[in-house]
Amino acid sequence: MEMIQKVGNMGVNFVKAVFQFILFLIQTIHNWFSPPYYPKVFLKNFIEIGFYSLPVVSLTALFAGMVLALQSYSGFSSFSAEGAVATVVEIAITRELGPVFAGLMVAGRIGATMAASIGTMKVTEQIDALKTLSMSPFKYIVSPRVLAGILVMPLLVLIADIIGVFGGFLVSIHELGFNPYVYIKDTYNSMKMMDLTIGVAKGATFGAIITSMGCYYGYYTEGGADGVGKATTNAVVYSSILILIFNYVLTAVFF
Amino acid sequence: MTVEKEPVIELKNVYKSFGQKYVLRGLDLTIYKGESVVLLGQSGMGKSVSVRLMLGLMDADSGSIKINGKEITNFSEEEFYENNRKIGMLFQNGALFDSMSVWENVAFSLLNIDKMNPEEARKIAIEKLEDVGLPAKVANMMPDELSGGMRKRVGLARAIADNPNIIFFDEPTTGLDPIMSDVINNLIVRCVKQLGATALTITHDINSARKIADRIVMLYDGKIIWSGKPEDLDNPKNEYVEHFVKGISL
Ligand SMILES: Nc1ncnc2c1ncn2[C@@H]1O[C@H](COP(=O)(O)OP(=O)(O)OP(=O)(O)O)[C@@H](O)[C@H]1O
Ligand SMILES: [Mg+2]
Repeated sequence: MEMIQKVGNMGVNFVKAVFQFILFLIQTIHNWFSPPYYPKVFLKNFIEIGFYSLPVVSLTALFAGMVLALQSYSGFSSFSAEGAVATVVEIAITRELGPVFAGLMVAGRIGATMAASIGTMKVTEQIDALKTLSMSPFKYIVSPRVLAGILVMPLLVLIADIIGVFGGFLVSIHELGFNPYVYIKDTYNSMKMMDLTIGVAKGATFGAIITSMGCYYGYYTEGGADGVGKATTNAVVYSSILILIFNYVLTAVFF
Repeated sequence: MTVEKEPVIELKNVYKSFGQKYVLRGLDLTIYKGESVVLLGQSGMGKSVSVRLMLGLMDADSGSIKINGKEITNFSEEEFYENNRKIGMLFQNGALFDSMSVWENVAFSLLNIDKMNPEEARKIAIEKLEDVGLPAKVANMMPDELSGGMRKRVGLARAIADNPNIIFFDEPTTGLDPIMSDVINNLIVRCVKQLGATALTITHDINSARKIADRIVMLYDGKIIWSGKPEDLDNPKNEYVEHFVKGISL
């Protein structure tokens, strides 16, 4: 009996949270269309998400491309189809690994930072102070961040794609003994407009997920430093899960 | 002093509880234009909660809260932010924006709401800092480089920077030395007398209360149980208030 009640409560809380999140998104979007705007806040976050994530995103993409070349080679060589390595690396990186790795890395960096800094503002009454100074926290904090995430993530994904493909190229040339001209030609031939479209669509979606989860958990933080810690964890965990789910959904949509 | 009896803040029968625990039950309080009211009460009695309700930062369970005759619970988002332009608030813990320098904190609404140019806003911020007894050189410091008392005074400067006509002070002199407390008391008196603002101050400091109040009210058990002039504190005709003033536990 108690068990049923517990599960019931969890269900109710989940539905409540979903509604709260939807309202949160509506307010965020509403404020994109109602001035005044705060371009400085937008720009600061655009740079923070895009530029300062470059090292981690590049490194993960590079090694993802490298390992992918090795493994696909060992797979294909057993039926003498080594020539497909370039194609597999290109497709897997641009459509799946580039966006997903970039998304997960940025979720860890930015989702956590946003939840922690907004959560701290919440528990130290800085959010309330904004309101008493007639500043909507959505206008000033949330909306510019989410917009920055949506616009900068596609760029970051494109960079991850290029570096990932380059990682595959490096291994293929130096470890697997491919002819660089042939490898580049194979890569070039397998490239399609669709790869770019998928990268941009996934990037924008993941950018929206990361920033909105970071802001949402930060904004509803309760209970001091402990609450800030929980908000940070939740933001990273749930945005990572959502990234993987939406990655599948988008792949299926473009399939 | 002749007080025009025009109510600026009106609370009627306000209830507020957190879970099982009630904080306010039937709070009535009216504050008139140009009046400086001090709210006394023991720690945890709900003084800060009352102010948060008046600011619309929290919703009451029931009852009516009016600012300038308008019910704040019915405010749309635009009305809420518009209403706040004439309101200043000093938070108990300062609530300074820790990503901004001191002067940017003080000039926040000048810069971001009034869209004043930065030089001009900075000049006003420095004037306000001097009003609260802080030298111009703190203007470029960050909040985490300040002492507790300095943070409080920066919060105070921010609260009055945009010349509000209703000001809430949550423990403005707590954590300040006696001399600085006097500076702040004078500043509050000046805001009310010179700018014609209406002020509600929460304090535990009886000396400060005597100095700044036109009227003092006592919160106990979720209601206002006593209201009087500062001189009435010497003979409040109420046992609880007498104990409170003398600092004797019941
Ligand atoms: N967000 C909240 N959630 C739960 N309880 C709260 C919340 N805010 C305040 N309370 C409770 O309401 C009561 C009144 O709090 P409030 O901050 O108004 O006290 P106060 O009179 O300002 O005390 P102090 O003089 O110590 O500042 C306290 O018992 C507090 O625990
Ligand atoms: Mg308090």
